[in-house]
Amino acid sequence: MSQDNSNLTVQDKVVASLKRRRRQEKLFRTLGLGSVILSLALVAILFINIFSKGVPAFWQTSMTVEVYFDPDVIRISEKPEQQPNETFEDFDERLLDWETQLGFVNFNRILSDSITPLLSDFERSQTRYVTQLVTSGERHALRDMVMEDPSIVGETRSLTLLTSADVDVWLKGNIDRSLPDDQLQLPAVVREWADELHANGHIQNRFSTALFMNPDSRSSLASAGLAGAFVGSFYMLLIVIFLAIPMGVAAAIYLEEFAPKNKLTDIIEVNINNLAAVPSIIFGLLGAAVFINWFKLPMSAPVVGGLVLSLMTLPTVIIATRATLRAIPPSIRAAALGLGASKTQTVFHHVLPLAIPGILTGSILGVAQALGETAPLLLIGMKSFVASIPQSPMDQATALPVQIYLWQGNELRNFFEARTSAAIIVLLMLMISLNSLAIWLRRKLEVRW
Amino acid sequence: MQNSQSSPDIASQQTAITARNVEVFYGDTQAIKGIDLDVRNNEVLSFIGPSGCGKSTFLRCLNRMNDTIDSCRVTGSIELDGQDIYHSSVDEVLLRAKVGMVFQKPNPFPKSIYDNIAYGPKLHGLVERKPELDEIVESSLRRAGLWEEVKDRLNEPGTGLSGGQQQRLCIARTIAVSPEVILMDEPCSALDPIATGIIEELIHDLKEKFTIVIVTHNMQQAARVSDRTAFFHLGEVVEVSETDDLFTNPKHKRTEDYITGRYG
Repeated sequence: MSQDNSNLTVQDKVVASLKRRRRQEKLFRTLGLGSVILSLALVAILFINIFSKGVPAFWQTSMTVEVYFDPDVIRISEKPEQQPNETFEDFDERLLDWETQLGFVNFNRILSDSITPLLSDFERSQTRYVTQLVTSGERHALRDMVMEDPSIVGETRSLTLLTSADVDVWLKGNIDRSLPDDQLQLPAVVREWADELHANGHIQNRFSTALFMNPDSRSSLASAGLAGAFVGSFYMLLIVIFLAIPMGVAAAIYLEEFAPKNKLTDIIEVNINNLAAVPSIIFGLLGAAVFINWFKLPMSAPVVGGLVLSLMTLPTVIIATRATLRAIPPSIRAAALGLGASKTQTVFHHVLPLAIPGILTGSILGVAQALGETAPLLLIGMKSFVASIPQSPMDQATALPVQIYLWQGNELRNFFEARTSAAIIVLLMLMISLNSLAIWLRRKLEVRW
Repeated sequence: MQNSQSSPDIASQQTAITARNVEVFYGDTQAIKGIDLDVRNNEVLSFIGPSGCGKSTFLRCLNRMNDTIDSCRVTGSIELDGQDIYHSSVDEVLLRAKVGMVFQKPNPFPKSIYDNIAYGPKLHGLVERKPELDEIVESSLRRAGLWEEVKDRLNEPGTGLSGGQQQRLCIARTIAVSPEVILMDEPCSALDPIATGIIEELIHDLKEKFTIVIVTHNMQQAARVSDRTAFFHLGEVVEVSETDDLFTNPKHKRTEDYITGRYG
């Protein structure tokens, strides 16, 4: 009987403690779930915000115009051809003269002559406003067409011309239409024309290749694109991939598999871990001091950016690779050594093949991190405005995240807010594809043992 | 310890490995305290003793696997075919080709069955053409008693076999490089009784061609498979003699206490 009683009390105690434990468990679960939901919600808000702003920027208003290359306006001599008995220098000089001639041609006149027939309400005195409909870069495009093929002079071509940024903003409704005249960029007459052309289908919203094909521009805002920044980032990515990954993997293999375990290697290990935590802007300072001041590499060049980002990525790659190597079962090493494989053979025949998925994942994540890095690039001069697509890693360039930063600061907010978000979307897509590649490679290469 | 050995000149003909005054240190801790031991050609010698007595450590000295542990230091002399294996002129790669090892836990490479066996011969350049390699793979698997079970799935991963099969694969992998001595470090401790029985039979068959040193926790196993048995205790070899003698007529009190189950 007494035993029954004592049993009951134990039971009661357990039940009592069980309640407390359940309560704690419930509390913990609720907190965990709550924080997951909160962070997901924040990410969702971010994405909705960026996408709602950025996606419209992938489409831009453009105008279809029958452009008449009027020989009365384009009064140029015949394009010079190289004569058999002529030196290249002489020919080059004649060509330059011809191009200068072409440079004096008033292509604005060609544009306005071609656009005015589309306007129902046009007076001669308004001629100078007409070209405000089209972004200024298009007249250079016309000039380049003539330079390429002078035989189009006298002909009519149907061209799709980008409208100016102000017209784009106006037609997309990104500006308050009730503002007084003196606060609007466009004169009233241009606004009326834009609305009219939009209504009768001459101006349409089309998918914008300019965003992808053009470098940045400040004179012709509507044709500002990401190509320069994209190519700059691409060069840096290549440098990081071919520098940081082999170096990092080699260092990690040496440290993990070959180096003796002593004070020195302990110090190296601690320092690598510290290096991974160094603020990235410090790497920018280092790059400016070492690569630009000392090695005299050019400012703003992807080669310097790539070197700096490689330094920054190196510890990440080393740490990821070492962690992967450490996770390879020692029994595999013992098996190979026991068969008479040398240490190097053991590593390269057995350990490394098993470690490759992990190494790749770590490396790709490191590279993705480098792709999104901005701060060190600002310090090596990559924040300057570059209006050309770099032909080599030694040319001046910007990078995608820096381009985002530059556009974010552009004064034509109505237009560049959307462009900035579009650039962010492009960068995010690149990151997502790199990360998906990492996951895919891991799934594909993983060996189970 | 010398009592079980024949006169020196006969011993030198018969012994595969001669160990004299071997001491092993892990940092400052001494794990082996001066062991003298001979391993005879084509015998099965088993090491028994309680956990931590140094039998595995000593076994791993015989093919210098201890070299892979940074803090480990070996003194004394171990001679294989009259040559000190710790001499600086000895290449440990060559040594391990002569003294193969089978580990406690089956550890096939995560590769095909064929590649598991073929790796050693290819590594040491024992073959030049594919047919020769095929032959070595088949004969090794046959000798390990695994051929009939795997001949139709040589390209499947070695890790897909059962535990006992994996261990026989590891034995086949070891004999594929034709070593003189095979060291086995508790090869059956991860296996069920049936798989253990198969491996024990295999050890019996392999004795004809190879010298085998086996570490075991299981005294019945030592009694079943070995010609001679060495009893290790606290880093020393207490007694080594013919297996029957050791189990029926132990000369030392410590041996007797251990085999009668008083400690261990």
